[in-house]
Amino acid sequence: MAMPTEFRIRVEDALKKDEVRTHFRKAMDTLMTNRRNQFPDEAELQRLRTQAQSIRANALSKLPELLEQLESNLVRNGVQVHWAETTDEANRIVLNILQQHNARSIIKGKSMVSEEMGLNHFLEQQGIEALESDLGEFIIQLDGETPSHIIMPAIHKNKEEIARLFNARFPHIPYTDDVDELTRNARAILRDKFYSAPVGLSGVNFAVAETGTLCLVENEGNGRMATTVPPVHIAVTGIEKVVEKLADIPPLFSILPRSATGQPVTTYFNMISGPRKPGEKDGPTEVHLVLLDNGRSTIYSDPELLATLRCIRCGACINHCPVYVRIGGHAYGTVYPGPIGTILEPQKEGLRVHGELVQASSLCGACGEVCPVRIPIPDIINRLRHDGVRQDGGSRTRDAGTRRKRLEAVTWRGWSWAASHPSLYHLGSRAATRLRKLMPQRLGAWTRVRTAPALAAQTLHERLKALGVDHE
Amino acid sequence: MNKARDNILQRLRAQERPPGSFPGRDFLSRHDWPAAECLQRFTERLQAVRAEVHHSSPEGWLELLVQLCRDKNLNNLLLSPQTRWGQAIYAQAGRFPKLQAYEHPIEDWKPAMFHGIDASLTGTLGGIAETGSLILWPDAEEPRQMSLVPPVHFALLEAGRIYSTFAEAIARQDWVTKGMPTNALLISGPSKSADIAQVLAYGVHGPKELVVLVV
Repeated sequence: MAMPTEFRIRVEDALKKDEVRTHFRKAMDTLMTNRRNQFPDEAELQRLRTQAQSIRANALSKLPELLEQLESNLVRNGVQVHWAETTDEANRIVLNILQQHNARSIIKGKSMVSEEMGLNHFLEQQGIEALESDLGEFIIQLDGETPSHIIMPAIHKNKEEIARLFNARFPHIPYTDDVDELTRNARAILRDKFYSAPVGLSGVNFAVAETGTLCLVENEGNGRMATTVPPVHIAVTGIEKVVEKLADIPPLFSILPRSATGQPVTTYFNMISGPRKPGEKDGPTEVHLVLLDNGRSTIYSDPELLATLRCIRCGACINHCPVYVRIGGHAYGTVYPGPIGTILEPQKEGLRVHGELVQASSLCGACGEVCPVRIPIPDIINRLRHDGVRQDGGSRTRDAGTRRKRLEAVTWRGWSWAASHPSLYHLGSRAATRLRKLMPQRLGAWTRVRTAPALAAQTLHERLKALGVDHE
Repeated sequence: MNKARDNILQRLRAQERPPGSFPGRDFLSRHDWPAAECLQRFTERLQAVRAEVHHSSPEGWLELLVQLCRDKNLNNLLLSPQTRWGQAIYAQAGRFPKLQAYEHPIEDWKPAMFHGIDASLTGTLGGIAETGSLILWPDAEEPRQMSLVPPVHFALLEAGRIYSTFAEAIARQDWVTKGMPTNALLISGPSKSADIAQVLAYGVHGPKELVVLVV
């Protein structure tokens, strides 16, 4: 048998953690119920999905023009715009800004793109402290972990674990496992950091080309803190996040929190259009935007895969995924887990490293049904399965064709040949039913947790004929 | 990094683009709710996320504010002396906790802002009934940190400026023509998080209490 892959090892480990699995099950059930309660009117939901889909599709159809418009409006507003082809370039741009200000630390609002960049690790190597301020991100950073969910990064931890973690890291604060007290303690610790941080970093949920506005969606206020209190604000985002008009924002801001956590709205919707103007008394004096490509322009070049870039990062597909709920976010071994990670990561990082993820799907279709921008995730999973083994050169997906296995290819070619030659097919199926006693009971991985299926005594053709069904 | 910019744009342009099959924008969602229903929905939404909402009147709100400051045992209140409502409050300064103006850039008084202010009061540009949101455009008189750093935030809202939806507010107030301010905000309750075991906790980084006075 082949060596188990790293992914399989992680999955097996995750499946053994009963307590964590129970926790995920409970959390995802709550999230699914909350979402359902937000859309009592099916017609409204479908109308909103159509709007959100067309807003995002329209923006992508004009992407280069909108990026230029966004840039020129931001520059006019006083924002400095930087472009990065790779995560390494993006990290260096951030480092460069920090060095210009002699900054030894930054405070971060939640940003999945910064996770994608591996920014914290990169800055640590340069001797710069990158502190997460979103409560969930703060917790997992204390434990040296990465997010297990894009919206609720610490969802895999229960409150006792978090209480012990706080106690170990901040022994001067009395132990508590009361959620309100834990929250108060985190507030006090992070307030001091916001107060003194020389630079704040955030992600971007939507960037409006028409007005040069960066929109941030959040509940805690750490996003506002990180973008308001430090003298310098750096926003990092993928090039796909732009929308054309300000009027495009309300439908997206309506469907995002309702799909994500089942809230009607988040506490804060923060629209930033520039640094502090003369006469204003607070706000950063410098605002930077880093636009990251990192494989997105390659995804953009494929008319089918392009739909991947419509994503507004709500996490609804993750919350509804029967695979995610069982294995959790860390088993994926990627920045983005769940169905969206399953289609995004192999395209971004290549099929060689993450192509196995597209096999970890039952194609049940739940992700596609709940997606607020109607990304056909199951179709794209199928497409990437094909890309992994195809040899026709018809796909630009990174590492296309590298997952082809000779035995598998020969087997399928044989099957397709037999299935299109009736006499051979009948001979084969008849032989299988007559010789069924000889079928081995152990069929590799398939029978490790299942009983081998028993073949019938007669073929389907024989039984139908006996029932009098006419051949044609 | 202009090379990166050129390369990215060139790659994006190299492709035959999906046709802009945009059926036209019909996103101006709004509801024909009468004013009373707007106010009711707005109030219920905000109360559901533990905001305090008080319905008052042009004659009564000052008295109500005096009472609320007393009930909350506030030592001071940060507000602008220049706004209409600020002038009204300053005119009766003796009845309020110590009134504090945001006179200087934050750099000149950051420690006091972070460690010495109990509460702030700001105006709003309007409200949104559908989501229970306040619209704020912070400016030189009422800067950004006023609605963020103090633990208690009082917000004044004119009842006649509650729109049914966010889309309606943008359109009716003509944000695009006016031009966006440095920072525009929707605030829909006190700061909150459910990051610890999905238990909802209030007052994470922003204000712990949001008190809305509808006038």
